[in-house]
Amino acid sequence: MVQFRLPKNSRMVTGKTWPKPEGATNLRKFQIYRWTPDDGKNPSVDTYFVDMDTCGPMILDALIKIKNEIDPTLTFRRSCREGICGSCAMNIDGINTLACIYGMDEIKGDVKIYPLPHMPVVRDLIPDLTHFYAQHASIMPWLETKTNRPAKEWRQSIEDREKLDGLYECVMCASCSTSCPSYWWNGDKYLGPAALLHAYRWIIDSRDEATGERLDELEDPFKLYRCHTIMNCTKTCPKGLNPAKAIAEIKKMMVERAV
Amino acid sequence: MRYLTARKRAEGKGASGTGTEHFWHMKVSGVGLALIVPIYLFVFGRALGGSRQEVIDTFAHPFVAILTGLVLFVGLRHFQNGAQTMIEDYSKGTTRRALIIAVTALCYGLTATGLFALAKIAL
Repeated sequence: MVQFRLPKNSRMVTGKTWPKPEGATNLRKFQIYRWTPDDGKNPSVDTYFVDMDTCGPMILDALIKIKNEIDPTLTFRRSCREGICGSCAMNIDGINTLACIYGMDEIKGDVKIYPLPHMPVVRDLIPDLTHFYAQHASIMPWLETKTNRPAKEWRQSIEDREKLDGLYECVMCASCSTSCPSYWWNGDKYLGPAALLHAYRWIIDSRDEATGERLDELEDPFKLYRCHTIMNCTKTCPKGLNPAKAIAEIKKMMVERAV
Repeated sequence: MRYLTARKRAEGKGASGTGTEHFWHMKVSGVGLALIVPIYLFVFGRALGGSRQEVIDTFAHPFVAILTGLVLFVGLRHFQNGAQTMIEDYSKGTTRRALIIAVTALCYGLTATGLFALAKIAL
């Protein structure tokens, strides 16, 4: 049966409160999830105080400042710092989003930061996305063609190219999938909003010739139909995309070919 | 612990090739119930508080009897499909299969009981 409480060794305890920086007057309190596989202890929530007068405006700026100036053991992924790589996805103030494009002014009170929910944690704010990436690979995220390759390029009309808007922008940050209760309960089988959005991106591509095979691969009560249109994915997507609509379009195509 | 590649875990046993029919049935029965349940509730409400004979007369009317039969059959079929989805969401393995069998048997039992009672009244 589904588990409604965290396992005993995953329940959080109060962690260390780090000293306030000296001389700072404009302080902000950060409560950050900490866990390391090395010491066998339960996860904890450490408290940090950041001088906002010497910190950038984004959550990622504060995390980098904490790592550089307060606690070098704090671990998180980051790369592009402009919402393109999807590395710094985490749960900030209860919302799955990208730390690099989430402003501190969007949060009232203390800033609470946790890893993406319901994923195995590698360390601190780093989730294990192995299964998530494997699910993405399973939908064949590439152009499948049967016709001989044209001499120049696969041509596409402007209208057909426009159908990919709102789909190709996905950066695979996993914010949507990890906000989906269906993915929490059945993530082993359900592909989740991110993989399904990508699946639809290739199904709808006018140049792709494997539409039937792609739909065949998705026609399953768990891979596709665990989506109950909860819409958390659309609400949380830091890129403003609509995975729920993409999933609904796949379901429509499934019905169209059956009825 | 099994030493499986991430891709093999993700692919599992592949797609079962089902699900669309279940999804479509839920839509169709949902639309159907949205149409017939308000009419049924209206008829039911009018009969409420009447004498035994008046209620029997109401449900013996062909239109009301057919409507009641449809609400019973379509409603319980819809419930069965919905309950199956819920069971699939929250349980796994043998428990999941046992619960699906139980809810299916319950729905067929309730449908048969309801239709039998209706036939006794209407015929």
